[in-house]
Formats: sequence, structure tokens, C-alpha cells
Amino acid sequence: MTDSSDISTDRRTSTPAKRIRTLGWLLRRIGGGVFVLWMVATVIFFALRLIPGDPIDAILGGPGSQASAEAVEKIRLDYGLDQNLIVQYFLAMAKLAVADFGTSYALKIPVAPYVLTQLWSTLVLTIAALLVAWIFALGLTLATSGRGRLARAVGSGLELVAAAVPHFWLASLLIIVLSNTLHWLPPISVAGPLGLVLPVLTLALPLTGFLGQVMRESLINAYEQPFVLSARARGESEWGVRLRHVLRHAALPGISLSGWAFGSLLSGAVVVETIFARPGLGRTLLSAVSIRDIPVVTAVALLSALTFILMTIATDVVDRIVDPRLTKVSEQ
Amino acid sequence: MTEILAGRLTQPSGAPRGSRGWRRSASNLGVVFALVTLALIMVAALAPQLLTTGQPNDVAPGDAFQGPSPEHFFGTDESGRDVYTRVVFGAGNSLLIGVAATVVGLSLALLLGALGGLGNRLGDFVSTRIVEVMFALPGLLLALVFIAIAGPGVVTSTVAVGLSTAPGYARIIRSQLRSVRNAGYVEAATVLGHSRLRITLQHILPGALSPIFVLATLGVGQAIVWASSLGFLGLGVAPPAAEWGAMLSSGRTYIDVAWWLTVFPGLAIVATAASFTVLGRALNARTRQEVGK
Repeated sequence: MTDSSDISTDRRTSTPAKRIRTLGWLLRRIGGGVFVLWMVATVIFFALRLIPGDPIDAILGGPGSQASAEAVEKIRLDYGLDQNLIVQYFLAMAKLAVADFGTSYALKIPVAPYVLTQLWSTLVLTIAALLVAWIFALGLTLATSGRGRLARAVGSGLELVAAAVPHFWLASLLIIVLSNTLHWLPPISVAGPLGLVLPVLTLALPLTGFLGQVMRESLINAYEQPFVLSARARGESEWGVRLRHVLRHAALPGISLSGWAFGSLLSGAVVVETIFARPGLGRTLLSAVSIRDIPVVTAVALLSALTFILMTIATDVVDRIVDPRLTKVSEQ
Repeated sequence: MTEILAGRLTQPSGAPRGSRGWRRSASNLGVVFALVTLALIMVAALAPQLLTTGQPNDVAPGDAFQGPSPEHFFGTDESGRDVYTRVVFGAGNSLLIGVAATVVGLSLALLLGALGGLGNRLGDFVSTRIVEVMFALPGLLLALVFIAIAGPGVVTSTVAVGLSTAPGYARIIRSQLRSVRNAGYVEAATVLGHSRLRITLQHILPGALSPIFVLATLGVGQAIVWASSLGFLGLGVAPPAAEWGAMLSSGRTYIDVAWWLTVFPGLAIVATAASFTVLGRALNARTRQEVGK
């Protein structure tokens, strides 16, 4: 981003050559994404086999089960665990390639539909948190960026603290203040939108801190650009300048950060779902790792890797739309 | 987080000229606060007996669940242990884990980053793909699987946290090395006919690695938060030991009756993490000034 021309006046002209270049760029990104997914599956496959203990125990419900030797042998054959590890690996990859995630060791139900229902719950949480964080961060930076020193100091101080707060502690504080003291909200997640408030706030507030910090920096940068001066010289109102020119500039790093945040919200979801006893991918993952439910862990890992990859590509696409300069310089 | 770090390290500061003065004084005040906090935490870590007379595991069942008072600043827990004393003694554990995890993460990242930033095209390809895969795996998943393999404990959770922070560092180190490699003074040294090894050791590494000190400072705070999250999930330091995350984990059971068990260890984590961030940023601003814009 060395070019500092005004992105809002730099209109795109769509030529066939450009479209082909964009298409090639997109195809390369998708190809790279597929490769990363395969590598993730490989890493997970071998890492899970390194966990001490026999996977048979997970299928039989723990090492304490009194299964007969024949039963163990039968399961070993049924699940293909008698084969050479390399053979098992290629069989597993072949199944994953056609989106066959197998059966959960512990629950004995097909993994794909089970994990998808869990994903839905986590997606609702994550998207809501991302939206709330954007609204808070935009409000905070826009309200405090042009103002006096006190407003700015308060704004950046809030962002700093928000970004340093661990999810699990914030969740506990919110429970103490909002449900135990003020009795406004239920302490654990109940069905309906009311139960979503605390988990969403828990995920959104630290994210607001991160988003706010990045956007404030680029907002301050944007105010110094010549195009702001020229917009002012054209007689645009202060809010017009802020919304039409400065904000667009400031949103860019926020968008890139959102892709990253969306992918990493799973880590936050593990803690939040555990605390608020909410179903979801995070809690599923935690319990699946602890009982060594290999198919479930694999599915969750691939699903979150896929989400991460799609989000990175999506944010890059949005970046290119918001900032047409990128289409000229991104081919390095 | 890493994107923010990357942005901060590569973009020149763009504060409006007129507002420099107040910004500096405000951030100076912040730096002073951060330094005082960190000094206190260092004292707590190295010589806890200077700050408290008790022992972290002194139980007094008769005194269980007392709120904050002059005798017990932060109240007492379910066994009547003094929470203030435990927070003080917990500093050592939490700080050690945070620093060690950052060292682990940075070492791994240096390997990957050097392969990508200094190696040939193949090396760069391999390192970039490894980093991409590590990024695509959620940090907590990496940590959870690693803990399942190695068994829970202090060393394991330290390595787990280091492992999950490594890809972010690696990406920054790589781009840093790349940009220095193309800098004018490196080109000049090449023209002068210096050997590749000499150029790498004498010019590229010192130029590229100075920001790593800043990264490490920023990273320690994050690592402490991460490690405490693992402790909270019951995967870190074993329960009787005083560690902030573990204290929060056991305090959670009594959240309805004893808020102080949750509030104070958490405050310690936030204060430490925020102080490291403030300090890291101040160092970053200074490095930039020295380098010149």
C-alpha cells in the first residue's frame, strides 16, 4: 500500500484481461486452499495416532470396559485398525476426499450431520459476535477519532484493556455483574436470543479492542492523506469526509482482521461454550480430544480449517472490491 | 493479533503532527504504569515473601469464603487460603510459562521464517505452506492435541502455547527478512563482493531481527493469557499449585458465592498482559524512531 491515491474516486474499469487475471488469482487461491486442507488432514491423522493408548478403548467406551478379546478383534477389523498405518492413512484420505467422515467412536452416529448441527450453533455465535464487534469498534473509533485528546485517550485505553481480557475471565465477570448482581440475564445459555447475549458479548468485546486498535491507526493515517484535504476543499461536511473517505480507508485492515478473527473465534468458542454450557463446535472438540474420538476431531479440524481458508479468500475478495488499488499491485 | 503486529511493525507511524505532543505524554504515562506493574510482578515472581507473609497453600478451613478485608486483601478461597498470597505466588508460574512459551514460539518461528526469508524458492515454498497449515489449524486445537499426546502439565502447556503462536511470528519474521534482503545496504554489500554468509550474518540478520525483541515483548502478554486459558480448561498446572488460570478454574465453581475468587486472579492476568502490550508498543515506536522513517 504505497500508493495513497483516493480509493473512493479511483473507479474500476472492467476489461476482459483484468477479469481473466482475477479468475486466475481466485483459482490459485482455491487450489492452495485444497492443498492446505489435505495437509491439515494429514497432520491431524498422524498426530491423533500419537496419543498414547489404543483407539479401540475410545470405541469401547474407555479403558475400563470389560470387552472380550473376540469383541476387540472384531472392532479392530470393522474399523480397519488392523491394517498398516500407511494403508490406514490412504484409506482415510480417500474417504475424506469424498466427504465421508465416518462414524463417531463414542456416539456411534455419523459424524458429518452431528458436526454440522454443532457448527450451526457456533456459527450463530461467531457471526453475531463479529457483527457486534464491528458495530462497537466503528462507533468507538468514529466517535473518538476526530475529537479532543481526552476522548482519544479514553478510546484507546478501552481498546487496550478489551484486547487484553481473556475470554474466560470476561465471561465470569459478565455472569457476576449481569446475572448474579443485576439479575438481568440467565447465567447459562438458554434457548432464544436472550441466552445469546452473554456468550456474544464475551466473544465480541475483546475483538472490539483488536478491531478498534487497527482501525484507529489507519483512521489517523487517513486523515493525513491529501484526498481528505481535497475533499474538505471541495466543501464536503466533516461527517461526509469521515464516512465517505476516511472510513473506507480505515475499514481495510479491519476487514483483513475479521477473516483472521472469524477463524480464531473457534478457540474462543471452546471456552465460551464450556462456561455457558452451550452446544457447539468448541465443546465438541474439547470432549472429542479428551476421549480420543478420532473421526470427530478430524471433522472439526477440517471444518474449521475450511472456514478459515474460505474466510481468508473472502476477505481478500472484499479487500479487492473496497480497495481497487490491490488488483494492480497484488500480483507479486 | 498477528496481522495487527505485522501492520504495526511495517507501517510507519502516521500520527498527525499537531497531536504528537499529547500522544507522547499520554503514552509516557501508560509506559510508566506498565513498568511499575511489571516491576511489581517481577518482585512477586522472584521474591514473593517481600509482598506477603503467608504461604500459598496455608489452609484454614475455619476462614473459608471470606470476602476482601484488611487481613485478606483479596478474600479467602474454599479452603481458607489467602487469595492475595496465592496471586502473588502465582506470578512466578504465570510469568515463567509466558516467557518460556514465547521463547519456544519464536525459536520455531525463526527456523520457519529463516527458511522462507533466506532460503531459495523451494525453501520459501515449503516454509510458507507449513505456516499456512499451522494457521488453518485453530491454535487451541493444536494445543489440545499436543496436550493429549504429551499429557497435561507445566512443560506441556508451555510448549503447546508456543506451538500455537509460532505461525504468526514466522510470517512476520519471513517478511521482515525478505524486505531487509532487498534493502539498499544489502545490495551495496553484494556489489562490494562480500560473501553470502557474511552478508547474512552482518547485515540481514541484525537488521531484520531487532523487531523480534518487540514481538517477544508483545507476545509474552498474549502467551500468559493463552496459558491461563489452558489452565482454566484444566489442562495446565495441576490444581494445588498457585497459577492464575488454575485459580480461576477452581474459583468458577463458587462464582455465585465468592466473586473475589474470580475477579482478582483475572485482574492480575489483564494487568500483566496489558502492561506487556504497552511496553512492546513503546519499544516498537522507539525502534522506528532510531531506524528513521
